[in-house]
Amino acid sequence: MSTPLGFAQSTVGRKVIMALTGLLLVGFVMGHMAGNLLVFNGPEAINGWGALLKRSALVLWTVRITLLVAVGLHIWAALTLTRLNQASRPVDYARRVPQASTLAARLMRIGGVLLLAFIVFHLLHLTTGTIHPGYEFSHTDVYGNVVSSFQVPWVALFYIVAMVALLGHLTHGIWSFFQTMGWSHPRLDTIRRTIATVIALMVSLGFIAIPAAILGGVLR
Amino acid sequence: MNLTLKVWRQPSGEARGRLVSYAAQGISADMSFLEMLDVVNEGLIEKGEEPIAFDHDCREGICGSCGVMINGMAHGPMAGTATCQLHMRSFQDGDTIVVEPWRARAFPVLRDLVVDRSPLDRIMQAGGFVSIATGNAPDAHAILVPKEAAELAMDAAQCIGCGACVAACPNASAMLFTAAKVSHLGLLPQGQPERDRRALGMVTQMDLEGFGGCTNYGECTTACPKGISLENIARMNRDFRTAALRARPESAGAGGAP
Ligand code: HEM
Ligand code: FES
Repeated sequence: MSTPLGFAQSTVGRKVIMALTGLLLVGFVMGHMAGNLLVFNGPEAINGWGALLKRSALVLWTVRITLLVAVGLHIWAALTLTRLNQASRPVDYARRVPQASTLAARLMRIGGVLLLAFIVFHLLHLTTGTIHPGYEFSHTDVYGNVVSSFQVPWVALFYIVAMVALLGHLTHGIWSFFQTMGWSHPRLDTIRRTIATVIALMVSLGFIAIPAAILGGVLR
Repeated sequence: MNLTLKVWRQPSGEARGRLVSYAAQGISADMSFLEMLDVVNEGLIEKGEEPIAFDHDCREGICGSCGVMINGMAHGPMAGTATCQLHMRSFQDGDTIVVEPWRARAFPVLRDLVVDRSPLDRIMQAGGFVSIATGNAPDAHAILVPKEAAELAMDAAQCIGCGACVAACPNASAMLFTAAKVSHLGLLPQGQPERDRRALGMVTQMDLEGFGGCTNYGECTTACPKGISLENIARMNRDFRTAALRARPESAGAGGAP
């Protein structure tokens, strides 16, 4: 148990890995969402932001690899713990009535799988440009890529659905983070849920604003 | 009251089990759930059938022996009570009540509603104690205990080890039980010397027994007849994490020379 490997094998240790990688990803999505909102300031603003992020290949790839490793560890912990949890009750009840668990908590796994599918789609869509329904992808014209693709209703809707999944995932995840890290205290406990809900709403609504605005014809 | 029971019957651990329907007639609303089962069992014995096996002892909510899943809820619909403290007035005349044993890989069914909860005992043996020096008893006031620590420790010590937390948890996790026991001693000055070893040992044993992990659903604390709080799980997570980081490898113990 005193080895890093032993820690990562324990149920508590894997949850800590999930919490820390989750925290990193929450930090990322907050920054990503704020940057994205620059589309509302016009093509120069968002294209300039995109160019700035790609100015140093070293920084870009350090961030990309860190995020990929974080997502990988997060999913590894989620997957192995989920399998353990399911195996821990081989014979189920004829009847079990949930008393306390929230919808967000119960949808963590299925929402996580949806987020994974979204992450893959999103990278193929707006990072590599492999998926470009009905328009030409440009590596420098971020504004053009975003506006043209969200004019395709199913693309915009898929993004909106995925961000609703993120809303649920973060509502439980951020609250759960405090619990996993052992930060529980009567004074903190009254605001943990609020912190989680506010961040989750901010992030998801910030992201949703863009496809919604383009679909509604506000941005063109 | 007249009720229909659907009770899990399983002659032994190896045998296949199934839900069997029984009519429970002439039940008084003032009976406890276990007394109602006693009445049904008397009827079964008169008919020459095997009575329903269930665990019980004190019948006043302090020993932790009793506990069954009642209509999908551990210890039934009343908050803060064990099965033995549940009264039949919690039900309506004509109700159908489904009665099942605790379900967990770590709690194999022994017979009908009786499961083997010895994994909880082994978790205790892995660190749920304070080692004491022999000799004369120290003065009771020799060690100062902060009032808040004493109260939180007493809250955690209320756990009667019934296993309802495991039964109610969708992951069959024993975190609330283990956390209560880790906290109970970990909060007190007497528990400090073994605090790291206790958290590491008990969590490791909990994992070895084949319980699931915590996903913070909160079902355990709602089902708990003693209302053990989730704050204990947070404390155990913290104790385990710091202990795992601080622990020295076996070969590099504190003794200096190998
Ligand atoms: C944008 C990406 C993601 C972010 C920001 C994120 C964030 C988080 C956070 C903060 C937690 C809480 C950790 C804790 O319990 O202490 C969490 C838990 C979890 N995440 Fe994620 N996650 C992301 C993607 C995913 C993906 C792709 C999956 C699955 C394929 C996933 C599955 C899970 C599961 C199963 C849990 C455990 C929930 C529980 O407590 O029951 N997550 N996530
Ligand atoms: S029989 Fe002792 S707690 Fe119910």
